[in-house]
Amino acid sequence: MDLVNLSSNLLFVAFILYLIATLFFGATIRDKRSKRNGKEIAGKIGITITIIGFLAQLGYFITRWMASGHAPLGNMFEFVTFLGMAMVLAFIIIYFMYRLSFLGLFALPLAMIMIAYASMFPSELAPLVPTLNSNWLYIHVSTVAVGQGILFISFVAGLMYLIKQIDQRKRTKKNTWLELVLYSIFLFIGFIVSSTIFSIMDYEATFEYQDGTQILETEYRLPPIAAPNNGELLTDGVREPWFEAPAWMQGADAGRKFNTVIWSVITGTIIYGLTVLTLRKRVGAALQPLLRGVKADLLDEIMYRSVAIGFPIFTLGGLVFAAIWAQIAWGRFWGWDPKEVWALITWFFYAAFLHLRLSRGWHGEKSGWLAVIGFGIILFNLIVVNLILAGLHSYA
Amino acid sequence: MNKIKCECGHVNPEGTVLCEACGKPIEGNQHIDGNDKKLLLNMRYEGSARRSQTYRKSIIDKVWSFFSSVKVGVWLIVIALVASMIGTLFPQQQFIPQNAESRDPAVYYEAQFGIIGKIYYELGFHEMYSSWWYLLLLGLIGVSLVICSLDRFIPLYKALKIQKPKRHETFLNRQRLYSETEAVSETEIEQVKERLRKQRYKITEQNGHILAEKGRFSRWGPYVNHIGLIIILLAAILRSTPIMFTDEYVWVREGETTVIPGTKGEYYIENKKFYVDYHNPEDERFKDAIEQSGMVESNFQTDAVIYKDTNTGLPGAESELEKILEYPIRMNQPAKFDGYTLYQSGYQPNEFSSMTFKIHETDDEDATAVDSFTVDLFEPESEYILDNGFRIEMEQYYPDYYLDDDGEPASETNFPRNPAFVFLVYPPESSSPEVSFIGIGRNVDATGENEYKIGIQDFETHFVSGLTLRVDRTLIFFGLGAAIFMIGVIQGMYWQHRRVWIHPKNNGLLLAAHTNKNWFGLSKDIEKAIEKTNIKMVEDRQELDK
Repeated sequence: MDLVNLSSNLLFVAFILYLIATLFFGATIRDKRSKRNGKEIAGKIGITITIIGFLAQLGYFITRWMASGHAPLGNMFEFVTFLGMAMVLAFIIIYFMYRLSFLGLFALPLAMIMIAYASMFPSELAPLVPTLNSNWLYIHVSTVAVGQGILFISFVAGLMYLIKQIDQRKRTKKNTWLELVLYSIFLFIGFIVSSTIFSIMDYEATFEYQDGTQILETEYRLPPIAAPNNGELLTDGVREPWFEAPAWMQGADAGRKFNTVIWSVITGTIIYGLTVLTLRKRVGAALQPLLRGVKADLLDEIMYRSVAIGFPIFTLGGLVFAAIWAQIAWGRFWGWDPKEVWALITWFFYAAFLHLRLSRGWHGEKSGWLAVIGFGIILFNLIVVNLILAGLHSYA
Repeated sequence: MNKIKCECGHVNPEGTVLCEACGKPIEGNQHIDGNDKKLLLNMRYEGSARRSQTYRKSIIDKVWSFFSSVKVGVWLIVIALVASMIGTLFPQQQFIPQNAESRDPAVYYEAQFGIIGKIYYELGFHEMYSSWWYLLLLGLIGVSLVICSLDRFIPLYKALKIQKPKRHETFLNRQRLYSETEAVSETEIEQVKERLRKQRYKITEQNGHILAEKGRFSRWGPYVNHIGLIIILLAAILRSTPIMFTDEYVWVREGETTVIPGTKGEYYIENKKFYVDYHNPEDERFKDAIEQSGMVESNFQTDAVIYKDTNTGLPGAESELEKILEYPIRMNQPAKFDGYTLYQSGYQPNEFSSMTFKIHETDDEDATAVDSFTVDLFEPESEYILDNGFRIEMEQYYPDYYLDDDGEPASETNFPRNPAFVFLVYPPESSSPEVSFIGIGRNVDATGENEYKIGIQDFETHFVSGLTLRVDRTLIFFGLGAAIFMIGVIQGMYWQHRRVWIHPKNNGLLLAAHTNKNWFGLSKDIEKAIEKTNIKMVEDRQELDK
């Protein structure tokens, strides 16, 4: 199918363009000697390339829609890619509000990690199940993604604020926590790197295991460190697993997912370790000087503004539209499904963020931590709830 | 009540921090808003008298102050958050997977998750979201919402209504944006007024004192959105009453017409046909994905006809069904009639509708039929008299056969999903019956001496469609609450309440300004207004909290 090829090529082009744009945004920081003018030009080129990249990704979205006959929002690959696009869109919007090029240096790579993460999921065109066959799919999912994309910017600004403001001269509790946040980004990279390596090697191992009363098969794409609970290796000529996943991990493919997590942690930790060895200091400490030229106030303002914009949009998409659709599809607008509960938790959390900020004066650092945790909750809902906690939203 | 009279003549209620009319700090009350330790006045509630900060003696006062605290509200939210998180750790009772070895919660949690699962179950987390303490928590958040809002809204509203353009000097020089100018001409003041007016400020004057104000309505945003939330909580309470909310489930097999439960016997549904359609595995677009994941359904559909019984008035009267709706009910396309909504919710494939049995001689290896009969599984007869002189009595019928805990045959449901029978076979001219037990994959000759054997010759199956009936009269309130909430959030978040005060003093003036957010925007407004005049630009004297 030509359209499908075109579509995935456009996505690839978008990814490369984001990478190039990041380099230009990087150029706005480094040079102290270069004049203000030069920095402005680099920033302008950066945002232009970002917009072109965004248009390419929009092209991916439209061509894939044309190819499959439904908006590509139906599974993990499609949704996470769309979320990455929403993050870039949010960055573009916020960029034009504040003209802060440095933001791109952090926001774009993180959005790229998100898109790369998406492409680790099966990306074949898949037909739509009857439950999802509704116009509300487009309305609900896209609003949620845009809301989360804008909240992502608050995370980025909050993270930048913390990197800038937290004292890195000696090890403290605060900079250790910050380092932990940065380390968790490396785990994503670890996941992407290990999945990519073994997918290039075409690795495959099949296990048979029991889930409740059914006997199921699961295919490992990463060498088994942990086998499924009570699983039996069917493939010949591959290394035996070291141990079995604990019994309480349940649901389809629990063992395989656990194995993937182990690989992500191992690979991520190695990459992190190498990074620290090269830098000879904490990653946070290495990033800090980059942010010397940014005003902390401005980061704080961006962090608040993006919550102020993202929160209502998220409320609308993640709770209101979600409830309307649930009413139409299942006859109940609220059912305490884990995904729904975590959307509510996200909403409560950002409501608390706004209350603490507006009426108890939690600005700056406190706010920054909250912005980071808030996005952590969003990611938890996206990854852990979808893939691990069973529920109506398990697509992948 | 100890009313406080200000030097401007206005009488303020007890507990007022800044005079409602002129803004002069009232002595002895400055600690309430923390003004005593700072240069700048706390303007959050305009220094109005809040009940929670004024009366703290009686039990009611204490309860009121407790719930009016934002800190308490946030803590309640945090507790609800943590509890909700724990509730998703393991599946809730209704989400225990169908294929679990035991769906009995007392067994399931411990078997599946060990000791933590047992604790989870014992503490009631398996049906947490309907537990009394979780609902109480939501209720407390509701109370906190109401009290927080009332405590602040009423005095704030009064203070903003009463405020006068003429403000006390202290009020101005303790604002965040402030400047003093020695000499200003009348025309310059006129110019400033005109420019502020152009920026859509509303100007009011009193003896040369000027107040320019815009966006006051944004101050009501938080209260509006909290009203929306309160409506949602009230709707949730209403929903627990049967008048407002009905939830029933009906199974209806193909070809059957049955009364819909929850409609007081008034409505009937006929299932003309049920479909499960699949995506074509040959479809070029989806071939790869279907190959990996297996067949994917594309549609569940019940071709339904809804009837209304027009003869329900008389008890015992025969029903007279009048067709009111013919509709294909699908996922995402429920049928609606007279306030009721029917949703496609499930189906039961391959339920048996009829079974045909044959009789043959036990010794006959070819099992040539001597005679045969057909049992309608929904209306089985007690006796079948066959053409060749056989008479069959149906001794037992188990529509959904299983062996119960005592090892006795029983029926798990009333639906013919796994039918089994005990037949008494009377051969022609014989009065002593032979006993045969027959079911799917079972054929037992109890005595071992039967001359004739019964076998399943043929069967017919059908789909049974599962439909959920809902009446939810609370939806409108939820919708209203959500709409009001969204309006309130937007109103409070995207507009600002900006005020600029001009206070003539000798030949010059004092200039001060306040906004509830976006100080930068307010400074810009002022800059524009005083452009090319002698008036000094206001200075931002923000004090950062540590």
